Amino acid sequence: MDKQVKGVLFDPLFNNNPIALQVLGICSALAVTTKMETALVMSIALTVVTAFSSLTISLIRNYIPNSIRIIVQLTVIASLVIVTDQILKAFVYDISKSLSVCIGLIITNCIVMGRAEAYAMANKPGMSFLDGIGNGLGYSLILLGVGFFRELFGSGKLFGIELLKTTTDGGWYYTNGLMVMAPSAFFLIGIMIWILRTVKPEQMEKE
Amino acid sequence: MFEHYLSLAVKAIFVENMALAFFLGMCSFLAVSKKVETAIGLGAAVIFVLAVCVPLNQFILASLLREGALAWVDPSLATVDLSFLSFLVQIGTIAAVVQVVEMAVDRFAPKLYAALGVFLPLIAVNCAILGASLFMEQREYGLGEAAVYGIGSGIGWALAIIALAALREKMRYSNVPVGLRGLGIAFILTGLMAIGFLAFSGIQL
Repeated sequence: MDKQVKGVLFDPLFNNNPIALQVLGICSALAVTTKMETALVMSIALTVVTAFSSLTISLIRNYIPNSIRIIVQLTVIASLVIVTDQILKAFVYDISKSLSVCIGLIITNCIVMGRAEAYAMANKPGMSFLDGIGNGLGYSLILLGVGFFRELFGSGKLFGIELLKTTTDGGWYYTNGLMVMAPSAFFLIGIMIWILRTVKPEQMEKE
Repeated sequence: MFEHYLSLAVKAIFVENMALAFFLGMCSFLAVSKKVETAIGLGAAVIFVLAVCVPLNQFILASLLREGALAWVDPSLATVDLSFLSFLVQIGTIAAVVQVVEMAVDRFAPKLYAALGVFLPLIAVNCAILGASLFMEQREYGLGEAAVYGIGSGIGWALAIIALAALREKMRYSNVPVGLRGLGIAFILTGLMAIGFLAFSGIQL
């Protein structure tokens, strides 16, 4: 792999993470992280949508009139999300049910829009596709990280497999109820950002 | 009837707060909450757009997209189900409404327009708007319910962003650990506010 490809693919993981640094796409991210399973499906869905929307928009970038580009991008993204939604409903119906409106909300997820606008409009299709995958992976990393802690401590399980035997089943682990509630996701992401910025001080915000 | 609407409104504002219980509209929630003044402007704009978009989407859904909804055009169309198109149609409606609202505000209330500035067009991609529309679709609200739900969730979102902005203005005098400054502490503040709003859960009128 040459250097440029590597940079486009892996920079969004730590150096330029879409959630932690660019504050994009946290909207639908937090609601799906109570379980690893939903977090994983959501990550895959978002990565696929971002990659293909970047590819499509990059392919037609020279034909999009500048004044209506937002609506063109939204149409491309919305169509891809409809396809994703239908596929999920057909093959993993239960998970698609528990994701509820979150799949639809990929449309307004700023990561997809942001990459289309900032990268795909100015770069070649191949690189745009990789950029989409890279940013999808950066999003997945945070999502799975948050999901890991929330499911492990909230219900003593990972991917539905019991690791810490809970007191309700006669085990020793008393589940942390806060972890399955909304606020814990904010705390976990706040702490992740703190760690990331302590390790990489150049990501600190300017006063 | 009135009680039903009141209960729905309370639920939308407090119990199921768009920002703090469903994490919707988080991008602008964190980005625009540095000053109370701009937070109020954005909050007002979101209330307005939600109040228009949610009932409008409900109307389109019920009269064009749902299975059997096209029966009024021609009885032979009664089996047509276009609901898979709802994402595309709803986002289109929202973008169009935001555009119209922007032009109307510019024409009739130029002062407000100047105050809202760039936030007005950005509302089109605020997930709170699409989120409320999708919830409305999922729960199959009627037109009246949709209107109440739209206004209620708008007020809830506006309350949350104004409260966060006020907290962040006060934060200027606090000694926050260096790595946590800015985004990190905003997340933790939002988490604490979400715990506060958890107290509303289970409230019913």
